[in-house]
Amino acid sequence: MEELKNHIINYNEAVISISGLYKSFGDLDVLKGIDFELFKGENVAILGKSGTGKSVLIKIIIGLLKPDKGEVIVLGKHVDKLERKELDTLRLRIGFSFQNSALYDSMNVYQNLAFPLTMNIKNLSKNQVKNEVEEVLEAVGLEDKINQLPSDLSGGQRKRIGIARTLILKPEIMLYDEPTSGLDPVTSEEIIELINDVQEKYNTSSIIITHDLTCAKNTGNRTAMLLDGRFFKIGTFDEVFDTEDEQVKGFYNYNFIQ
Amino acid sequence: MATFTNRKYIFSKGIDQYFIGVKSAYSFVALFFKEAFKRPFHFREVLNQSFEVGLKSLPLITLTGFIVGVVFTKQSRPSLEDFGAASWLPSLIGIAIVRALGPLVTALICAGKVGSSIGAELGSMKVSEQIDAMEVSAINPFKYLVVTRVLATTITIPVLAMYCSCVGLYGSYVNVHAEETTSLVTFYQSAFSSISFLDIFTSVAKAIIYGFTIGIVGAYKGFNATQGTRGVGKAANQAVVLSMFLIFLEELVIVQVANWIRYF
Repeated sequence: MEELKNHIINYNEAVISISGLYKSFGDLDVLKGIDFELFKGENVAILGKSGTGKSVLIKIIIGLLKPDKGEVIVLGKHVDKLERKELDTLRLRIGFSFQNSALYDSMNVYQNLAFPLTMNIKNLSKNQVKNEVEEVLEAVGLEDKINQLPSDLSGGQRKRIGIARTLILKPEIMLYDEPTSGLDPVTSEEIIELINDVQEKYNTSSIIITHDLTCAKNTGNRTAMLLDGRFFKIGTFDEVFDTEDEQVKGFYNYNFIQ
Repeated sequence: MATFTNRKYIFSKGIDQYFIGVKSAYSFVALFFKEAFKRPFHFREVLNQSFEVGLKSLPLITLTGFIVGVVFTKQSRPSLEDFGAASWLPSLIGIAIVRALGPLVTALICAGKVGSSIGAELGSMKVSEQIDAMEVSAINPFKYLVVTRVLATTITIPVLAMYCSCVGLYGSYVNVHAEETTSLVTFYQSAFSSISFLDIFTSVAKAIIYGFTIGIVGAYKGFNATQGTRGVGKAANQAVVLSMFLIFLEELVIVQVANWIRYF
Protein backbone atom coordinates (compact mmCIF):
# COMPACT_ATOMS: atom_id res chain seq x y z
CA MET A 1 0.00 0.00 0.00
CA GLU A 2 2.80 2.42 1.00
CA GLU A 3 4.70 1.64 -2.20
CA LEU A 4 1.57 2.15 -4.31
CA LYS A 5 0.98 5.52 -2.64
CA ASN A 6 4.59 6.62 -3.12
CA HIS A 7 4.40 5.61 -6.76
CA ILE A 8 1.84 8.33 -7.60
CA ILE A 9 3.82 11.14 -5.95
CA ASN A 10 5.74 13.42 -8.28
CA TYR A 11 8.51 14.98 -6.19
CA ASN A 12 9.47 17.31 -9.05
CA GLU A 13 6.14 19.12 -9.06
CA ALA A 14 5.17 21.15 -5.99
CA VAL A 15 1.44 22.00 -5.95
CA ILE A 16 1.82 24.15 -2.83
CA SER A 17 4.95 26.08 -2.07
CA ILE A 18 5.27 28.25 1.05
CA SER A 19 8.27 30.30 2.08
CA GLY A 20 8.92 32.65 4.99
CA LEU A 21 5.28 32.73 6.11
CA TYR A 22 4.39 34.84 9.13
CA LYS A 23 0.99 35.45 10.67
CA SER A 24 -0.03 37.07 13.91
CA PHE A 25 -3.32 38.11 15.54
CA GLY A 26 -2.81 41.29 17.56
CA ASP A 27 0.12 40.62 19.88
CA LEU A 28 -0.01 36.88 19.36
CA ASP A 29 2.50 35.56 16.82
CA VAL A 30 1.02 32.33 15.44
CA LEU A 31 3.19 31.44 12.45
CA LYS A 32 6.84 32.49 12.66
CA GLY A 33 8.52 31.61 9.41
CA ILE A 34 6.98 28.58 7.71
CA ASP A 35 8.72 26.96 4.74
CA PHE A 36 6.92 24.02 3.18
CA GLU A 37 6.22 22.20 -0.07
CA LEU A 38 3.43 19.78 -0.97
CA PHE A 39 4.17 17.60 -3.99
CA LYS A 40 1.72 16.29 -6.54
CA GLY A 41 -0.02 13.14 -5.38
CA GLU A 42 1.26 13.12 -1.78
CA ASN A 43 -0.50 13.36 1.57
CA VAL A 44 1.23 15.40 4.25
CA ALA A 45 -0.03 15.23 7.82
CA ILE A 46 0.65 18.35 9.87
CA LEU A 47 0.76 17.62 13.58
CA GLY A 48 0.80 20.01 16.47
CA LYS A 49 -0.88 20.95 19.71
CA SER A 50 -4.05 23.04 19.75
CA GLY A 51 -3.38 26.72 19.08
CA THR A 52 -0.11 26.21 17.20
CA GLY A 53 -1.57 27.63 13.98
CA LYS A 54 -2.28 24.46 11.98
CA SER A 55 -5.74 25.61 10.88
CA VAL A 56 -4.45 29.15 10.28
CA LEU A 57 -1.93 27.69 7.84
CA ILE A 58 -4.53 25.96 5.65
CA LYS A 59 -6.85 28.98 5.85
CA ILE A 60 -4.00 31.06 4.41
CA ILE A 61 -3.46 28.46 1.69
CA ILE A 62 -7.09 28.73 0.55
CA GLY A 63 -7.17 32.52 0.90
CA LEU A 64 -9.53 32.80 3.89
CA LEU A 65 -6.77 34.62 5.81
CA LYS A 66 -4.06 36.92 4.54
CA PRO A 67 -0.44 36.32 5.57
CA ASP A 68 1.49 39.15 7.24
CA LYS A 69 4.66 38.21 5.41
CA GLY A 70 5.86 35.46 3.10
CA GLU A 71 4.95 33.77 -0.13
CA VAL A 72 2.17 31.21 -0.68
CA ILE A 73 2.06 29.70 -4.16
CA VAL A 74 -0.75 27.26 -4.89
CA LEU A 75 -0.92 25.56 -8.30
CA GLY A 76 1.41 28.24 -9.64
CA LYS A 77 -0.57 31.23 -8.30
CA HIS A 78 0.38 33.66 -5.52
CA VAL A 79 -2.75 33.29 -3.37
CA ASP A 80 -2.51 36.61 -1.52
CA LYS A 81 -2.12 38.59 -4.75
CA LEU A 82 -5.16 37.19 -6.58
CA GLU A 83 -8.31 39.18 -7.41
CA ARG A 84 -11.64 37.74 -6.20
CA LYS A 85 -12.44 36.10 -9.55
CA GLU A 86 -9.01 34.51 -9.93
CA LEU A 87 -9.12 33.32 -6.33
CA ASP A 88 -12.51 31.69 -6.96
CA THR A 89 -11.13 29.92 -10.04
CA LEU A 90 -8.25 28.61 -7.93
CA ARG A 91 -10.59 27.58 -5.11
CA LEU A 92 -12.50 25.36 -7.52
CA ARG A 93 -9.32 23.26 -7.71
CA ILE A 94 -8.99 22.97 -3.93
CA GLY A 95 -11.25 21.05 -1.55
CA PHE A 96 -11.51 22.16 2.09
CA SER A 97 -12.97 19.82 4.69
CA PHE A 98 -13.88 21.73 7.86
CA GLN A 99 -13.31 20.48 11.38
CA ASN A 100 -17.03 20.67 12.22
CA SER A 101 -18.03 19.77 8.60
CA ALA A 102 -19.79 23.17 8.14
CA LEU A 103 -22.75 21.59 6.33
CA TYR A 104 -25.55 24.04 5.46
CA ASP A 105 -28.07 23.08 8.11
CA SER A 106 -31.10 24.45 6.24
CA MET A 107 -30.39 22.11 3.29
CA ASN A 108 -30.62 18.33 3.10
CA VAL A 109 -27.69 16.17 2.00
CA TYR A 110 -28.65 16.32 -1.69
CA GLN A 111 -28.95 20.11 -1.63
CA ASN A 112 -25.69 20.45 0.31
CA LEU A 113 -23.85 18.51 -2.38
CA ALA A 114 -25.65 20.02 -5.37
CA PHE A 115 -25.24 23.62 -4.15
CA PRO A 116 -21.53 24.16 -4.99
CA LEU A 117 -22.02 22.37 -8.29
CA THR A 118 -25.02 24.34 -9.53
CA MET A 119 -23.59 27.64 -8.30
CA ASN A 120 -20.32 27.13 -10.18
CA ILE A 121 -21.27 25.18 -13.28
CA LYS A 122 -24.15 26.66 -15.25
CA ASN A 123 -26.48 24.78 -17.58
CA LEU A 124 -26.24 21.43 -15.84
CA SER A 125 -29.38 19.35 -16.26
CA LYS A 126 -31.18 17.99 -13.19
CA ASN A 127 -30.08 14.48 -14.19
CA GLN A 128 -26.43 15.47 -14.46
CA VAL A 129 -26.52 17.06 -11.00
CA LYS A 130 -28.25 13.99 -9.57
CA ASN A 131 -25.65 11.67 -11.13
CA GLU A 132 -22.76 13.72 -9.75
CA VAL A 133 -24.31 13.79 -6.28
CA GLU A 134 -24.93 10.05 -6.33
CA GLU A 135 -21.36 9.41 -7.49
CA VAL A 136 -19.74 11.29 -4.60
CA LEU A 137 -22.21 9.86 -2.10
CA GLU A 138 -21.21 6.40 -3.30
CA ALA A 139 -17.53 7.37 -2.92
CA VAL A 140 -18.11 8.19 0.76
CA GLY A 141 -20.52 5.27 1.25
CA LEU A 142 -23.61 7.24 2.27
CA GLU A 143 -25.99 6.79 -0.69
CA ASP A 144 -28.91 6.11 1.65
CA LYS A 145 -28.62 9.48 3.44
CA ILE A 146 -29.42 11.59 0.39
CA ASN A 147 -32.65 13.11 1.75
CA GLN A 148 -31.60 13.57 5.36
CA LEU A 149 -30.88 16.85 7.09
CA PRO A 150 -27.39 17.39 8.59
CA SER A 151 -28.96 17.44 12.07
CA ASP A 152 -30.08 13.82 11.55
CA LEU A 153 -26.53 12.60 10.80
CA SER A 154 -23.88 11.31 13.21
CA GLY A 155 -20.52 13.11 13.58
CA GLY A 156 -18.74 10.62 11.29
CA GLN A 157 -21.48 10.85 8.64
CA ARG A 158 -21.29 14.65 8.72
CA LYS A 159 -17.54 14.48 8.15
CA ARG A 160 -18.09 12.14 5.19
CA ILE A 161 -20.73 14.41 3.66
CA GLY A 162 -18.38 17.37 4.20
CA ILE A 163 -15.69 15.51 2.26
CA ALA A 164 -18.22 14.52 -0.43
CA ARG A 165 -19.19 18.18 -0.85
CA THR A 166 -15.60 19.06 -1.66
CA LEU A 167 -15.16 16.08 -3.98
CA ILE A 168 -18.11 17.08 -6.15
CA LEU A 169 -15.97 19.84 -7.71
CA LYS A 170 -13.18 17.30 -8.47
CA PRO A 171 -10.38 19.12 -6.63
CA GLU A 172 -6.67 18.56 -7.24
CA ILE A 173 -5.73 19.50 -3.68
CA MET A 174 -7.55 18.49 -0.49
CA LEU A 175 -7.14 20.31 2.80
CA TYR A 176 -8.51 18.39 5.80
CA ASP A 177 -8.92 20.28 9.08
CA GLU A 178 -8.91 17.79 11.98
CA PRO A 179 -10.77 15.05 10.09
CA THR A 180 -10.89 12.64 13.04
CA SER A 181 -11.47 15.03 15.93
CA GLY A 182 -14.42 14.15 18.13
CA LEU A 183 -14.86 10.70 16.57
CA ASP A 184 -14.63 7.26 18.17
CA PRO A 185 -11.68 5.02 17.11
CA VAL A 186 -13.77 2.91 14.71
CA THR A 187 -15.24 5.93 12.90
CA SER A 188 -11.80 7.58 12.88
CA GLU A 189 -10.44 4.48 11.16
CA GLU A 190 -13.19 4.76 8.53
CA ILE A 191 -12.35 8.42 7.88
CA ILE A 192 -8.63 7.53 7.58
CA GLU A 193 -9.55 4.89 4.98
CA LEU A 194 -11.69 7.43 3.16
CA ILE A 195 -8.82 9.95 3.01
CA ASN A 196 -6.56 7.29 1.50
CA ASP A 197 -9.30 6.22 -0.94
CA VAL A 198 -9.77 9.84 -2.06
CA GLN A 199 -6.03 10.17 -2.69
CA GLU A 200 -6.07 7.03 -4.81
CA LYS A 201 -9.36 7.49 -6.67
CA TYR A 202 -9.22 11.24 -7.30
CA ASN A 203 -5.39 11.48 -7.44
CA THR A 204 -5.40 14.41 -5.02
CA SER A 205 -2.54 15.97 -3.08
CA SER A 206 -3.59 16.58 0.51
CA ILE A 207 -2.68 18.34 3.71
CA ILE A 208 -4.19 16.70 6.77
CA ILE A 209 -4.22 18.91 9.86
CA THR A 210 -4.49 16.74 12.95
CA HIS A 211 -3.35 16.13 16.48
CA ASP A 212 -4.25 12.45 16.17
CA LEU A 213 -1.04 10.44 15.67
CA THR A 214 -2.89 7.38 14.31
CA CYS A 215 -4.44 9.56 11.62
CA ALA A 216 -1.08 11.19 10.80
CA LYS A 217 0.71 7.84 10.64
CA ASN A 218 -1.88 6.16 8.43
CA THR A 219 -2.67 8.99 6.02
CA GLY A 220 0.55 10.95 5.59
CA ASN A 221 3.28 10.00 3.14
CA ARG A 222 5.18 12.64 5.06
CA THR A 223 4.57 14.13 8.50
CA ALA A 224 5.34 17.67 9.62
CA MET A 225 5.49 18.68 13.27
CA LEU A 226 4.50 22.26 14.05
CA LEU A 227 6.03 23.66 17.23
CA ASP A 228 5.97 27.28 18.38
CA GLY A 229 4.95 28.63 14.96
CA ARG A 230 7.64 26.77 12.99
CA PHE A 231 8.05 23.29 11.54
CA PHE A 232 10.20 21.31 13.96
CA LYS A 233 10.80 18.55 11.42
CA ILE A 234 9.31 17.28 8.15
CA GLY A 235 9.87 13.67 7.10
CA THR A 236 8.38 10.23 7.52
CA PHE A 237 6.37 9.64 10.69
CA ASP A 238 9.21 7.66 12.29
CA GLU A 239 11.81 10.26 11.33
CA VAL A 240 9.82 13.05 12.96
CA PHE A 241 9.46 11.19 16.24
CA ASP A 242 13.02 9.90 16.30
CA THR A 243 14.08 12.78 18.52
CA GLU A 244 15.16 13.66 22.03
CA ASP A 245 13.08 16.88 22.05
CA GLU A 246 10.98 16.83 25.20
CA GLN A 247 7.97 18.61 23.65
CA VAL A 248 7.78 16.20 20.72
CA LYS A 249 8.32 13.15 22.90
CA GLY A 250 5.66 14.40 25.29
CA PHE A 251 3.21 14.87 22.42
CA TYR A 252 3.92 11.33 21.17
CA ASN A 253 3.64 9.66 24.56
CA TYR A 254 0.47 11.54 25.51
CA ASN A 255 -1.26 10.55 22.26
CA PHE A 256 -0.42 6.89 22.44
CA ILE A 257 -1.17 6.57 26.13
CA GLN A 258 -4.55 8.17 25.39
CA MET B 1 -2.18 58.52 38.24
CA ALA B 2 -2.03 54.98 36.95
CA THR B 3 -5.83 54.66 37.23
CA PHE B 4 -6.31 57.94 35.37
CA THR B 5 -3.99 56.80 32.53
CA ASN B 6 -5.80 53.50 32.40
CA ARG B 7 -9.21 55.21 32.19
CA LYS B 8 -7.90 57.51 29.50
CA TYR B 9 -6.69 54.46 27.59
CA ILE B 10 -10.08 52.72 27.93
CA PHE B 11 -11.84 55.90 26.79
CA SER B 12 -9.62 56.37 23.73
CA LYS B 13 -9.92 52.67 22.93
CA GLY B 14 -13.71 53.07 23.05
CA ILE B 15 -13.56 55.97 20.61
CA ASP B 16 -11.25 53.97 18.32
CA GLN B 17 -13.69 51.04 18.40
CA TYR B 18 -16.59 53.36 17.60
CA PHE B 19 -14.91 54.77 14.50
CA ILE B 20 -13.71 51.33 13.40
CA GLY B 21 -17.34 50.18 13.69
CA VAL B 22 -18.62 53.14 11.65
CA LYS B 23 -16.02 52.50 8.94
CA SER B 24 -16.83 48.80 8.87
CA ALA B 25 -20.60 49.51 8.58
CA TYR B 26 -19.96 52.05 5.83
CA SER B 27 -17.81 49.53 3.89
CA PHE B 28 -20.56 46.91 4.32
CA VAL B 29 -23.21 49.21 2.83
CA ALA B 30 -20.86 50.26 0.01
CA LEU B 31 -20.14 46.60 -0.76
CA PHE B 32 -23.89 45.94 -0.95
CA PHE B 33 -24.36 48.57 -3.67
CA LYS B 34 -21.29 47.28 -5.51
CA GLU B 35 -22.45 43.66 -5.46
CA ALA B 36 -26.18 44.30 -6.02
CA PHE B 37 -25.64 45.51 -9.58
CA LYS B 38 -23.04 42.93 -10.56
CA ARG B 39 -23.68 39.54 -12.12
CA PRO B 40 -24.63 36.81 -11.24
CA PHE B 41 -28.08 37.78 -9.92
CA HIS B 42 -29.70 35.26 -7.59
CA PHE B 43 -33.35 36.01 -8.48
CA ARG B 44 -34.64 32.71 -7.14
CA GLU B 45 -33.05 33.33 -3.73
CA VAL B 46 -34.47 36.88 -3.65
CA LEU B 47 -37.89 35.35 -4.33
CA ASN B 48 -37.40 32.73 -1.58
CA GLN B 49 -36.37 35.39 0.92
CA SER B 50 -39.27 37.66 -0.11
CA PHE B 51 -41.57 34.75 0.63
CA GLU B 52 -39.93 34.32 4.04
CA VAL B 53 -40.21 38.03 4.85
CA GLY B 54 -43.59 38.71 3.28
CA LEU B 55 -45.92 35.80 3.55
CA LYS B 56 -44.69 34.66 6.94
CA SER B 57 -45.12 38.17 8.45
CA LEU B 58 -48.60 38.58 7.00
CA PRO B 59 -50.69 37.18 9.92
CA LEU B 60 -48.84 39.33 12.48
CA ILE B 61 -49.08 42.46 10.29
CA THR B 62 -52.80 41.84 9.72
CA LEU B 63 -53.55 41.48 13.41
CA THR B 64 -51.41 44.43 14.49
CA GLY B 65 -52.66 46.72 11.70
CA PHE B 66 -56.28 45.93 12.58
CA ILE B 67 -55.75 46.57 16.30
CA VAL B 68 -53.91 49.86 15.60
CA GLY B 69 -56.88 51.00 13.47
CA VAL B 70 -59.44 50.12 16.14
CA VAL B 71 -57.47 51.57 19.07
CA PHE B 72 -56.50 54.80 17.31
CA THR B 73 -60.13 55.42 16.31
CA LYS B 74 -61.35 54.68 19.84
CA GLN B 75 -58.81 57.09 21.34
CA SER B 76 -59.45 59.90 18.83
CA ARG B 77 -63.27 59.90 18.84
CA PRO B 78 -63.88 61.58 22.26
CA SER B 79 -61.49 64.47 21.51
CA LEU B 80 -63.02 65.12 18.10
CA GLU B 81 -66.55 64.89 19.57
CA ASP B 82 -65.61 67.54 22.15
CA PHE B 83 -64.91 69.92 19.28
CA GLY B 84 -67.98 68.75 17.30
CA ALA B 85 -65.69 67.36 14.60
CA ALA B 86 -66.58 63.64 14.77
CA SER B 87 -67.29 63.64 11.01
CA TRP B 88 -63.60 64.36 10.46
CA LEU B 89 -62.64 61.06 12.07
CA PRO B 90 -62.11 59.07 8.80
CA SER B 91 -59.88 61.84 7.41
CA LEU B 92 -57.81 62.02 10.59
CA ILE B 93 -57.42 58.25 10.71
CA GLY B 94 -56.55 58.15 6.98
CA ILE B 95 -53.79 60.74 7.36
CA ALA B 96 -52.41 59.19 10.55
CA ILE B 97 -52.37 55.63 9.25
CA VAL B 98 -51.15 56.23 5.69
CA ARG B 99 -48.59 58.91 6.56
CA ALA B 100 -47.16 57.47 9.75
CA LEU B 101 -48.65 54.46 11.50
CA GLY B 102 -48.83 51.97 8.59
CA PRO B 103 -45.15 52.13 7.60
CA LEU B 104 -43.91 52.60 11.16
CA VAL B 105 -45.87 49.71 12.70
CA THR B 106 -44.85 47.41 9.80
CA ALA B 107 -41.22 48.43 10.15
CA LEU B 108 -41.17 47.86 13.91
CA ILE B 109 -42.80 44.45 13.59
CA CYS B 110 -40.45 43.44 10.78
CA ALA B 111 -37.42 44.75 12.72
CA GLY B 112 -38.39 42.37 15.52
CA LYS B 113 -39.41 39.42 13.38
CA VAL B 114 -37.30 39.64 10.21
CA GLY B 115 -34.28 41.63 11.43
CA SER B 116 -33.65 39.29 14.34
CA SER B 117 -34.14 36.24 12.15
CA ILE B 118 -31.61 37.50 9.56
CA GLY B 119 -29.14 38.39 12.34
CA ALA B 120 -29.51 35.01 14.03
CA GLU B 121 -29.42 32.98 10.80
CA LEU B 122 -26.33 34.65 9.37
CA GLY B 123 -24.72 34.77 12.82
CA SER B 124 -25.16 31.04 13.26
CA MET B 125 -23.84 30.42 9.72
CA LYS B 126 -20.82 32.58 10.54
CA VAL B 127 -19.88 30.88 13.82
CA SER B 128 -20.43 27.38 12.40
CA GLU B 129 -18.15 28.22 9.42
CA GLN B 130 -20.95 27.78 6.86
CA ILE B 131 -20.07 31.19 5.41
CA ASP B 132 -16.43 30.13 5.09
CA ALA B 133 -17.64 26.90 3.47
CA MET B 134 -19.37 28.97 0.77
CA GLU B 135 -16.28 31.09 0.34
CA VAL B 136 -14.01 28.07 -0.22
CA SER B 137 -16.52 26.59 -2.69
CA ALA B 138 -15.99 29.72 -4.85
CA ILE B 139 -19.46 31.07 -3.97
CA ASN B 140 -19.60 34.74 -2.95
CA PRO B 141 -21.41 34.55 0.43
CA PHE B 142 -21.99 38.31 0.56
CA LYS B 143 -23.84 38.22 -2.73
CA TYR B 144 -25.76 35.05 -1.99
CA LEU B 145 -26.68 35.74 1.64
CA VAL B 146 -26.59 39.50 2.18
CA VAL B 147 -27.62 41.02 -1.15
CA THR B 148 -30.58 38.65 -1.57
CA ARG B 149 -31.91 39.26 1.96
CA VAL B 150 -31.52 43.04 1.82
CA LEU B 151 -33.25 43.16 -1.58
CA ALA B 152 -36.05 40.98 -0.23
CA THR B 153 -36.72 43.25 2.76
CA THR B 154 -36.43 46.39 0.60
CA ILE B 155 -39.00 45.06 -1.87
CA THR B 156 -41.38 43.33 0.54
CA ILE B 157 -41.68 45.76 3.45
CA PRO B 158 -43.26 48.58 1.34
CA VAL B 159 -45.88 46.09 0.12
CA LEU B 160 -46.52 44.98 3.70
CA ALA B 161 -46.73 48.63 4.83
CA MET B 162 -49.41 49.40 2.22
CA TYR B 163 -51.28 46.28 3.24
CA CYS B 164 -50.97 47.25 6.92
CA SER B 165 -52.42 50.72 6.15
CA CYS B 166 -55.42 49.16 4.37
CA VAL B 167 -56.05 46.72 7.25
CA GLY B 168 -55.65 49.58 9.75
CA LEU B 169 -58.26 51.62 7.91
CA TYR B 170 -60.56 48.60 7.91
CA GLY B 171 -60.07 48.26 11.68
CA SER B 172 -60.97 51.90 12.03
CA TYR B 173 -64.07 51.38 9.85
CA VAL B 174 -65.20 48.48 12.06
CA ASN B 175 -65.05 50.79 15.08
CA VAL B 176 -66.75 53.69 13.28
CA HIS B 177 -69.45 51.34 11.95
CA ALA B 178 -70.21 50.14 15.48
CA GLU B 179 -70.92 53.73 16.55
CA GLU B 180 -72.65 55.13 13.48
CA THR B 181 -74.05 53.74 10.22
CA THR B 182 -71.34 54.50 7.68
CA SER B 183 -70.77 52.29 4.64
CA LEU B 184 -67.28 50.95 3.89
CA VAL B 185 -67.11 52.88 0.57
CA THR B 186 -68.10 56.17 2.20
CA PHE B 187 -65.57 55.62 4.98
CA TYR B 188 -62.71 54.87 2.56
CA GLN B 189 -63.71 57.79 0.29
CA SER B 190 -63.72 60.11 3.25
CA ALA B 191 -60.41 58.73 4.57
CA PHE B 192 -58.65 59.05 1.20
CA SER B 193 -60.12 62.49 0.39
CA SER B 194 -57.53 64.17 2.59
CA ILE B 195 -54.58 62.04 1.43
CA SER B 196 -52.42 63.54 -1.30
CA PHE B 197 -50.01 61.94 -3.76
CA LEU B 198 -47.13 63.24 -1.62
CA ASP B 199 -48.50 61.30 1.38
CA ILE B 200 -48.57 58.04 -0.58
CA PHE B 201 -45.17 58.73 -2.11
CA THR B 202 -43.60 59.56 1.27
CA SER B 203 -45.19 56.52 2.84
CA VAL B 204 -43.76 54.18 0.16
CA ALA B 205 -40.36 55.89 0.23
CA LYS B 206 -40.27 55.56 4.02
CA ALA B 207 -41.13 51.88 3.86
CA ILE B 208 -38.41 51.28 1.25
CA ILE B 209 -35.84 52.97 3.51
CA TYR B 210 -37.08 51.03 6.56
CA GLY B 211 -36.93 47.76 4.58
CA PHE B 212 -33.37 48.45 3.50
CA THR B 213 -32.39 49.39 7.07
CA ILE B 214 -33.87 46.22 8.56
CA GLY B 215 -32.17 43.99 5.97
CA ILE B 216 -28.75 45.64 6.05
CA VAL B 217 -28.58 45.96 9.86
CA GLY B 218 -29.63 42.31 10.38
CA ALA B 219 -27.17 41.10 7.75
CA TYR B 220 -24.32 43.28 9.07
CA LYS B 221 -24.76 42.10 12.65
CA GLY B 222 -25.09 38.45 11.60
CA PHE B 223 -22.24 38.54 9.11
CA ASN B 224 -19.89 39.97 11.74
CA ALA B 225 -20.98 37.74 14.62
CA THR B 226 -18.21 36.33 16.82
CA GLN B 227 -17.91 34.41 20.12
CA GLY B 228 -19.94 31.30 19.24
CA THR B 229 -23.56 30.86 20.29
CA ARG B 230 -23.37 33.89 22.58
CA GLY B 231 -22.44 35.95 19.54
CA VAL B 232 -25.49 34.65 17.65
CA GLY B 233 -27.84 35.86 20.40
CA LYS B 234 -26.00 39.16 20.54
CA ALA B 235 -26.23 39.61 16.78
CA ALA B 236 -30.00 38.97 16.79
CA ASN B 237 -30.51 41.33 19.71
CA GLN B 238 -28.37 44.12 18.27
CA ALA B 239 -30.07 43.75 14.88
CA VAL B 240 -33.44 44.54 16.49
CA VAL B 241 -32.25 47.35 18.77
CA LEU B 242 -30.15 49.14 16.16
CA SER B 243 -32.69 48.85 13.34
CA MET B 244 -35.51 50.16 15.59
CA PHE B 245 -33.33 53.09 16.65
CA LEU B 246 -32.45 53.87 13.03
CA ILE B 247 -36.10 53.57 11.95
CA PHE B 248 -37.15 56.28 14.45
CA LEU B 249 -34.23 58.45 13.37
CA GLU B 250 -35.19 58.02 9.71
CA GLU B 251 -38.85 58.76 10.53
CA LEU B 252 -37.78 62.07 12.06
CA VAL B 253 -35.69 63.05 9.04
CA ILE B 254 -38.25 61.93 6.43
CA VAL B 255 -41.11 63.79 8.15
CA GLN B 256 -39.00 66.98 8.17
CA VAL B 257 -38.14 66.57 4.50
CA ALA B 258 -41.77 65.76 3.53
CA ASN B 259 -43.06 68.80 5.42
CA TRP B 260 -40.45 70.98 3.78
CA ILE B 261 -41.59 69.72 0.35
CA ARG B 262 -45.27 70.12 1.30
CA TYR B 263 -44.92 73.77 2.27
CA PHE B 264 -42.27 74.73 -0.26
